[in-house]
Amino acid sequence: MKNGRRAFMGKAFGAVAGVGAVASLYAMKKSWDPLPSVRSAGFTTLDMSAYKENELVVEKWRGKPIFVLKKTAAMLAKQTDADKARDVLVNGEHYMVCIGLCTHLGCIPGYRPESSDFLCACHGGMYDFTGMVTKAPPPRGLDIPPFKVDGNKLVLGEEGPEYKKMKETGITL
Amino acid sequence: MAHFTKATSVHDWINQRLGIDTVRRVMATEYWIPKNINFLWAMGMVLAITFALLLVSGIFLLMYYQPNVNTAFDSVNYTIMREVDFGWLWRHVHGVAASVVFLVIYIHMFTGIYYGSYKNGREMIWISGMLLFVTFSAEAFSGYMLPWGQMSYWAGMVITNLFSLGGLHADGIVEWIRGDYVPAQAFLDRFFMLHVLLLPLAIMGVIGLHFGALRIPHVNNQDGEELDFEKEAAKYKAGDKKGSKVIAFANDFMSKDLFVVGIFLIFFFYLVFFHYDFAMDPVNFDPADGLKTPAHIYPEWYFLWSYEILRPFSTNIGLMAFGFAQVIFFLLPFLDRSPNAIPANRRGLFSLWFWAMLVDMIVLTAMGKLPPEGIFSTIGLVAALVFIGLWIALPFITKSEKKA
Ligand code: HEM
Ligand code: FES
Repeated sequence: MKNGRRAFMGKAFGAVAGVGAVASLYAMKKSWDPLPSVRSAGFTTLDMSAYKENELVVEKWRGKPIFVLKKTAAMLAKQTDADKARDVLVNGEHYMVCIGLCTHLGCIPGYRPESSDFLCACHGGMYDFTGMVTKAPPPRGLDIPPFKVDGNKLVLGEEGPEYKKMKETGITL
Repeated sequence: MAHFTKATSVHDWINQRLGIDTVRRVMATEYWIPKNINFLWAMGMVLAITFALLLVSGIFLLMYYQPNVNTAFDSVNYTIMREVDFGWLWRHVHGVAASVVFLVIYIHMFTGIYYGSYKNGREMIWISGMLLFVTFSAEAFSGYMLPWGQMSYWAGMVITNLFSLGGLHADGIVEWIRGDYVPAQAFLDRFFMLHVLLLPLAIMGVIGLHFGALRIPHVNNQDGEELDFEKEAAKYKAGDKKGSKVIAFANDFMSKDLFVVGIFLIFFFYLVFFHYDFAMDPVNFDPADGLKTPAHIYPEWYFLWSYEILRPFSTNIGLMAFGFAQVIFFLLPFLDRSPNAIPANRRGLFSLWFWAMLVDMIVLTAMGKLPPEGIFSTIGLVAALVFIGLWIALPFITKSEKKA
């Protein structure tokens, strides 16, 4: 009998401790989450009429570099259909707009205007001027940030119809 | 038992309450060390002392360091280095010790591998040792974030990105670890917490486990001879100190241990005063800039070999190879199928395996530092494949080994 009561008390303590342990793990996990203020400070508006052809401009969105490259006529002539699907069109002009972090491990690839391509110095990955990979290790082209075209402007962080289509067709993640 | 008599001395008073004589006997005067060992067996003590140096210098750095993205860089590079009297000393001791500790860890590990000190009852010593290697690595990485220079930021970016697990695109985990989309204030704060509290606590706990794991099997010796410690100890206690194959840890063996520590400390402080620069990456003297990657991002020298195993492959395979390299040393006691715990040079093919592994890791380290281009890429790839191949071959090589 005595042992029965001891076993019961042991199990009762186990239950209380178990509930407490799970609850505190949940609280600990949530405390590591990004803060709401970090999550909400997430929109950047770009005036697209200000860019010059073949001149890479690096903007900032959510602390990440954003590559904006206005394409030249020569570049457009070279583009395949797959390349064109990655273009962001604003007022009839073609732009490459990408998150400027290598899809391998997140270094910032450098733009080389002479050869119109990107070289990532970290592990030697390369991309062409549309942001497609031309040399591994990067597993895929540069990602395109969520965007919405609004007249002359481009709003980053908002998902417009053009962006949603790119996502559906797997052009970007 | 709980009967106390009037104390005859301060020692007796404390001993009645804390049993210090028993502790001393178990841990020191009757903790037996084989005579047949060499200076490589002092590396454990050197590591313990280096950890103490890290702790003390860290406490002084902590008095002026500010874990804030706007002030961290200056609190280190200006306040500690220029304003605080002897601030430079603590910083250089801390930096040099963090680097040298890995050199000694690698020597300590390869000593264990060479003499087969990870099997026949010594498995827990090895496993707790590997836990120390992992916690020390995490400690070194988190500390590297704190000055918030360019290398801090970009190493933080690249290493936390590993947790997106390549093709799985688990970006949620990466953002969770960082507390932001990119390394920023939340990231610096939590790595500060890890570096100054949680990881040091874990390290101290695991050091306790490592020492505890040594107590029953005792340390190995130069011939892998299985000693009857009770018999040898009895001889020693009966006065036959010459005939006994063991000596007491303290004060007898300690004196030799500390002699080696003394030589190490002279070398260590020579580095601290005259060659500290090898432990201070010049790129990290530029403040962190999220919009500019340094031309070459490479980790500190002690991570280069595993970094080089990641580098030559495409993302997913690279990550798998890297994960393999991180855990495989844990399995050494189980992948070595031979019962022989003798020096590698008497173990036939295993001797080749040992030297091939050592040279391969040095080659990987050298290639990891060089830019990933041309011939270096190729050598790196071959060395990475050799590393994996050696581990796959290990059970077969050791299985066919003859019993010594
Ligand atoms: C970084 C902190 C470490 C400290 C403070 C430490 C300390 C020690 C000490 C004091 C000894 C006994 C003396 C000696 O044989 O050197 C020892 C033995 C040993 N350690 Fe460590 N160690 C550390 C890390 C490691 C690592 C990373 C490994 C490898 C995975 C390891 C594996 C071993 C082995 C196998 C022995 C037994 C050697 C023998 O029996 O001959 N230790 N350690
Ligand atoms: S981060 Fe660009 S190639 Fe690895």
